[in-house]
Amino acid sequence: MALSDDTADGERQRKLPFSAFLKGAWQVLWTVLITMIGLLAVTFIIGRVMPIDPVLSVVGESASQATYDAAYKELGLDKPLITQFLLFLGNVLQGNFGESLLTARPVSQDLIRVFPATLELATVGIIIGIVLGVPLGVVAAVKQNSWIDHIARVIALIGYSMPVFWIGLIGLLVLYGQLGWVSGPGRLDIFYVDIVPTVTGMILVDSLLARDMDVFWNAVSHIILPAGLLAYYSLAYISRMTRSFMLEQLEQEYITTARVKGLSERAVIWRHAFGNVKVPLITVIALSYAGLLEGSVLTETIFSWPGIGSYITTGLLSADMNAVLGGTVVVGLVFVCLNIFSDLLYKFFDPRAK
Amino acid sequence: MTNLLDVENLTVEFPTRTGPFEAVRDISFSLGRERLGIVGESGSGKSITGRSILRLIRPPGILKANRIALEGTDLQTLSEKQMRDVRGHKISMIMQDPTVSLNPVMKIGDQICEAYRLHAKASKAEARAKTLAMLEAVLIRDPERVFNAYPHEMSGGMGQRIMIAMMLIPDPQILIADEPTSALDVTVQKEVLEIMDKLVRERGMGLIFISHDLNVVSTFCDRVLIMYSGRIVETCRADALHEAKHPYTRGLLNSLPQLEHPVDRLQVLQRDDAWREAASVSGAVKVGAAVKSGKAV
Repeated sequence: MALSDDTADGERQRKLPFSAFLKGAWQVLWTVLITMIGLLAVTFIIGRVMPIDPVLSVVGESASQATYDAAYKELGLDKPLITQFLLFLGNVLQGNFGESLLTARPVSQDLIRVFPATLELATVGIIIGIVLGVPLGVVAAVKQNSWIDHIARVIALIGYSMPVFWIGLIGLLVLYGQLGWVSGPGRLDIFYVDIVPTVTGMILVDSLLARDMDVFWNAVSHIILPAGLLAYYSLAYISRMTRSFMLEQLEQEYITTARVKGLSERAVIWRHAFGNVKVPLITVIALSYAGLLEGSVLTETIFSWPGIGSYITTGLLSADMNAVLGGTVVVGLVFVCLNIFSDLLYKFFDPRAK
Repeated sequence: MTNLLDVENLTVEFPTRTGPFEAVRDISFSLGRERLGIVGESGSGKSITGRSILRLIRPPGILKANRIALEGTDLQTLSEKQMRDVRGHKISMIMQDPTVSLNPVMKIGDQICEAYRLHAKASKAEARAKTLAMLEAVLIRDPERVFNAYPHEMSGGMGQRIMIAMMLIPDPQILIADEPTSALDVTVQKEVLEIMDKLVRERGMGLIFISHDLNVVSTFCDRVLIMYSGRIVETCRADALHEAKHPYTRGLLNSLPQLEHPVDRLQVLQRDDAWREAASVSGAVKVGAAVKSGKAV
């Protein structure tokens, strides 16, 4: 009996040598490099085509022509565009985005302050979104067209269609104003501010590191409403996608195989079907998370949350281009990193991608 | 002696826009410790029949039967939990295409161990040893490697041998093979069938072999049911297939090329709507009557 097909796959199974790993790592790095240069180029061009005179916003409208010219030279605007870009590139690589007009501090320092606030909010939001959204989607798929599926659909529909500022304001009015169950806008009550030393910039983490539970619970009571709001929007998306991925997998033949073996429905659904749903779900969650990390301007505004979304928006409204460009680069970097991370997870969960 | 399996008046319906469609219409048959072939064209209801026995007709499909009895116990009276104990453990099924019937993100060894441990309360180490032995039994050369491999790393022939190992490891009494080789290369078909045949004989199991390939069925089965449009139109011994009486069976046989009797032009298969309602030419099956292995009709 010919068993030749036994050996054909032998080569593939062997452990990858170290050189192959290096090659993979180099490929990833190369992709990141290209993407980042592209991102910086686009950011730079946006900065130049904006109908804002950067000189004027530095020197003010009543400055004399001489002052104007001096500032023009100092900003390097007399040099050719390509030189300007290379200078910009060099500065960015050193983490130098220039000074913010509004805060009169280096943009990099501002970003170190505002980004952790957004990171904290988005992370709590996405965790709630996953914990509630994934099971909701799975149940909706398994009990397709039952009352629970319809409820899940309505929840998602509301999540898609209600404006965030409206739900946010109603939430504040009811849960903070009327019931007093949560704290109001801001990250902390005023008498808790600056008690714990800043390590990560995320108050939840910093207060735990300092073992100050009072600060921690105060921060929780502040973050729960805006994070819940963001969670709701990501939940709407995640649950719908989970449902459709699950429906697709439940139709597959290997599900019948699992049932033929005599497995319980629970094992069929969670071990077999969900095992295959995990993979595409990673992309969905990563995109959702990246969306939240951009900083939800409306949410941050309503809840006076000093995050990157409101930082960029304020910068934009006051012609503070350094702040805008710095913020954009950080957001872009976050996107690239999340993409790489989800690629790695993809390879981890899907043996076919190895 | 009771039969391994008695199916009485099985009907499977699917609701459609134009009213219910009966995929299987009022069929009855029995299975002893023999190899029973079910042959028919696509849509004749043979796969649905196989799945009905395992009670795996998913809603909105509706299964109706007087009796589907496994050694005298009507499977329809069992709870879903009791039925799960029958699936795999007593009646198992080999699916058509191994490339889609194995879980792509689960190691092959884990999938086989899972089937074993579900019914035999064995430790992980015991299950692993048993799985490796089973992989060897289906003539897989390097069981250790295959144990840790994923389905996409296997060829179709290997995949189907893995499927056979997985479905036979809980030692079922009945194996349903639903077109086990139609997704495989012709060269691999024979070796997979021989492995399956050997194991089924060794274990003295009952086999229901669903196929559209008359040649294969007549080689590997003792008895053949011919299905047409949801009905059994004829039952005959596999070695007496050439004596079949029903015009549909004759048509199927005549549309096959024969090496000894070459013809210029093969017959085109004719179908007659009258067959849809006509009774089986082999007469009504005496329900409950024991079938003797390989000889009864």
